[in-house]
Amino acid sequence: MAEITPGRAYGFFTDTSVCIGCKACEVACKEWNQLPGHEPAFGDGFDNTGGLDAQNWRHVQFIDNVPDQTMGTGQGKAWLMMSDVCKHCKEASCMEVCPTGAIIRTEFDSVYIQPDVCNGCRNCIAACPYDVISQDEQKGVAQKCTLCYDRMQGNMEPACAKACPTDSIQFGPVDELRQAAQQRVTDLQEQGVTEARLYGDDSSIYGGLNAFFLLMDKPEAYNLPNEQNAVLPRRNNAGGYLATLGTAVLGVFGGLIALRRRREPAAEEGDQP
Amino acid sequence: MTNHWRDIRHADLILVNGANPAEAHPVGFRWLMRAKLDRGAKLIHTDPRFTRTSAVADIHLRIRTGTDVAYFGGLINYVLENELYHKEYVEYATNAGFVVADNYEFSDGIFNAFDEDTGLYNTDAWTYETDGSGHAKIDIEHPRSVLNLLREHYSRYTPEMVARISGIPQDQFLEVAKLVGEMGRPEKVMTIVYAVGLTHHTTGVQLIRSGAILQLLLGNVGRPGGGMNAERGHANIQGNTDHAISWEILPGYLKIPAPGQKNLDDYVEKSASTKLHGLAENFFGASYRNFMVSLLKTWYGDAATKASEFAFDHIPKPAENASWISIYDQALRGRMEGLMLSGMTATSIGPDSNQVLKALSNLKWLCVMDAFATTSSEFWHAPDMDPATVNTEVFMLPATHWIEKDGSFTNSGRWVQWKDPVLPPEHESRHDHWILAELFLRVKDLYRQQGGKYPDPVFELTFPYRDPRKPTLDELAKEVNGSDLTSGKRLASFADLKADGTTTAGDWIYTGHYPESGNLTKRREGIQNPAENDPTGMGFYHNWAWSWPLNRRVLYNRASADPQGRPWDPQRPGIRWDADKGLWVGDVPDYSPDTPPGPNAPLPFIMTGEGTGRLFSNSVADGPFPEHYEPIESPVENPLHPEVSTTPAAYLYDKQAGRPNRFGTVADFPYVATSYRLTEHEHYITQHVEKLVQLQPEAFVEVPAELAKEKGIATGDRVRVASKRGKLEVRAVVTKRLGPLQVDGKRVYQIGIPIHWGFVGISTGQHWLANALTPFVGDASARTPEFKAFLVNLEKI
Repeated sequence: MAEITPGRAYGFFTDTSVCIGCKACEVACKEWNQLPGHEPAFGDGFDNTGGLDAQNWRHVQFIDNVPDQTMGTGQGKAWLMMSDVCKHCKEASCMEVCPTGAIIRTEFDSVYIQPDVCNGCRNCIAACPYDVISQDEQKGVAQKCTLCYDRMQGNMEPACAKACPTDSIQFGPVDELRQAAQQRVTDLQEQGVTEARLYGDDSSIYGGLNAFFLLMDKPEAYNLPNEQNAVLPRRNNAGGYLATLGTAVLGVFGGLIALRRRREPAAEEGDQP
Repeated sequence: MTNHWRDIRHADLILVNGANPAEAHPVGFRWLMRAKLDRGAKLIHTDPRFTRTSAVADIHLRIRTGTDVAYFGGLINYVLENELYHKEYVEYATNAGFVVADNYEFSDGIFNAFDEDTGLYNTDAWTYETDGSGHAKIDIEHPRSVLNLLREHYSRYTPEMVARISGIPQDQFLEVAKLVGEMGRPEKVMTIVYAVGLTHHTTGVQLIRSGAILQLLLGNVGRPGGGMNAERGHANIQGNTDHAISWEILPGYLKIPAPGQKNLDDYVEKSASTKLHGLAENFFGASYRNFMVSLLKTWYGDAATKASEFAFDHIPKPAENASWISIYDQALRGRMEGLMLSGMTATSIGPDSNQVLKALSNLKWLCVMDAFATTSSEFWHAPDMDPATVNTEVFMLPATHWIEKDGSFTNSGRWVQWKDPVLPPEHESRHDHWILAELFLRVKDLYRQQGGKYPDPVFELTFPYRDPRKPTLDELAKEVNGSDLTSGKRLASFADLKADGTTTAGDWIYTGHYPESGNLTKRREGIQNPAENDPTGMGFYHNWAWSWPLNRRVLYNRASADPQGRPWDPQRPGIRWDADKGLWVGDVPDYSPDTPPGPNAPLPFIMTGEGTGRLFSNSVADGPFPEHYEPIESPVENPLHPEVSTTPAAYLYDKQAGRPNRFGTVADFPYVATSYRLTEHEHYITQHVEKLVQLQPEAFVEVPAELAKEKGIATGDRVRVASKRGKLEVRAVVTKRLGPLQVDGKRVYQIGIPIHWGFVGISTGQHWLANALTPFVGDASARTPEFKAFLVNLEKI
């Protein structure tokens, strides 16, 4: 791979159509980032990790839609597997709510939590629309995928991408990944896999995701917010504010009416001898 | 593998049977995905379960476990009936035209030459009609030509019959058959990828042969992107096999001598193939004595002389089968005193773990060489074991892990790759080969001091290492390679081995991996410079490590070109005849490199007596053509011949030894079960690896959703799965990935049993061994246990 250059945006293209659910990404991530992980516990047999959190920065989701009759194309549609990760959003809500400035955008355009600046307030945990962040109870700080910031500074691709045997996880400059993803989705469409779609490759999802995906079903199938929902509330969101104002006005009116109504029967009651 | 991992990307169609490469071989699986992504290859996964391989396949066929002979048989029939086979290839490179002797017979499920009393076939009876010179008569139109007998044999495997036996609906089968049928065209090529899902059956060898027959008919053996490719289950299991881990062979697949063979002449006559065609090279058969004498010379040095028959008598001649299950059978019969286990744990591996535990309890002593505590080194902790009744003395010798030593791994594709130690050995642990060397030297001392029966093989064994107590793997590799004793130089080819005692070779197929120029398995000239390291662009990378034989990357590659030496598909050449150079170019030719093609050129399969690939073969114990037989425990009678439902040639240990029957019937055990690995673990050893235990922490069984509904079972519930031999009490995972099958008009459910858990490791207290369920019976030829098909019952606890 070409040299990893500061000033360029880097990210992941996770192509779920070739994911085989081997979890090499989960293990490689834990090994490199020295994450101890949780106490072993049975989940549902195939997913015993549960979700992304302070100990799990990659998590393979398994979505079992296998029909009784299993003939027909597997093609990554019947048993969906997706290696989930922090999306490194362009409009990163975690960054917006961080009161200490611990969460920064790095020279590689990734979203990074500086552990020594984090005060453990948990605002980012609540703010993340993807449920990516959680608190490391030992260290008292919020943790998530760093896009292997330390590896990138040493000109190495992130551990998960390095370990992925089928290149489901591809790492590179975001503009190049977007081109490759476009080609892949076109190829799949031509092969008749019409459900294949990209998620987060353009600005429709939180202004664009540096870690974006090729999905084999609707985003909702993977518990991802769709285009309508993936909008960040913000100060210049005039439409949103006006709507909120309208709701507030209606609410006040409603309240007044309710109060008045409450008073009326009360008055009636008072009339009773 | 006839081919190798990287080669799979050349395939147009990939049949995966009895394998789950996405889970068991995720790194090698990239090449199946490359075939799909780069050339639009179709991937067809035929398996009882919808696995992580099926998830990315183009088609998944749900098959009843153990019925792949019927599935392949149906495909063979389809290809023959519709004349879709590669005619020119079949006539040139297979024994299709050989005329079978007129004693051949197959009726009611039994071939000719079966002895009811011994339960064995006389395989010598399956032979050809020969002329005066001992060569086979060739006439493809003859009613008893191999091709015509093959047609007749497989005509019964209609799509209806395939569906009745395997549960694959006819329309689904025919859709796949159509794709497979196209692969007989010269410009197309298909690969078959398999693993122990085919091996672990009483019909294991025939399951694999079925695939090979299909590949020969389609003209796909010897070609890049083709072949019959076994995915091996450990990093070095291919190396183990090559160096005679199986009882019936010596290194390099030379046969173990049998009782009655008094000298080398007897041995070679009984073991080596004879030339059956005027143009056959019969290289293996013709070189058999060279290889055997060189092996004996390696082992017994100065004691191996012409006068001493090269110490042929020092090699044991086992009177009885001594395969895996037989070891425990002998212990159960009280005929075994001690056992040494190295690099595996018998308790977990089974089959029929409860019976294996009983066998271990019958021993006087057990010695376990391992890097970790195993279910064998602590076998008295197994469920239902009463330690007070176990008198076996157990020795645990701490051995190094492979990560702590150098040496070579031979991968599935026969590439021998040298590796460095990553960590220094800890504490008092020693390498296995040092333990064995020490043991040998002490035994030798005891012989010297006390004498003993037949000391010659012990005293005369060569031990030419700088420090005999600590031989290096480098020294062993040189010894395996072999030398010319006259010049003292290491050899570069097994073609130079001689039968006069002037050469050595510890394993003739490895001769050439460590010539005078150095250890070729250390070479790493790979994708850093494809133009230079892979000039053909076919991915042979001849200067990356070394592959046996002679650095050849695709076996039988002469068959990748037509009789004139032109590749069947010029886009994907294996080798081709370069008339200007007067040489075969491309891969290392499986053939004399300067022998021009033509009507008098040797036939392409240089190792066989026929000179061709074998559609009809007498080298398997249970029939010259594969036939479908039911697993020993089966929910149905064999629809082809209910009177002979299971293979008549399987050896039934308990019955033969007079022990009580341990096979269940469908009345008591109504569900079919199959056992397998998950991607998160590697057999049993990863129970010591924290990160993997987190990924897959607890034993479970997979239960079909419909059956679970009937029984009120939900994912996470505890269930009891029992066979006639034992039980598991573990969690259930309910899924539609194991759906019901219609087999011969009957609804059949299959239950999935991952194997990885025991009572040793990070998570203790899980006392369940999957192999407590599996039957104590194996393949008719290889005796590999039937781990993949047996009957169980299921209850919610």
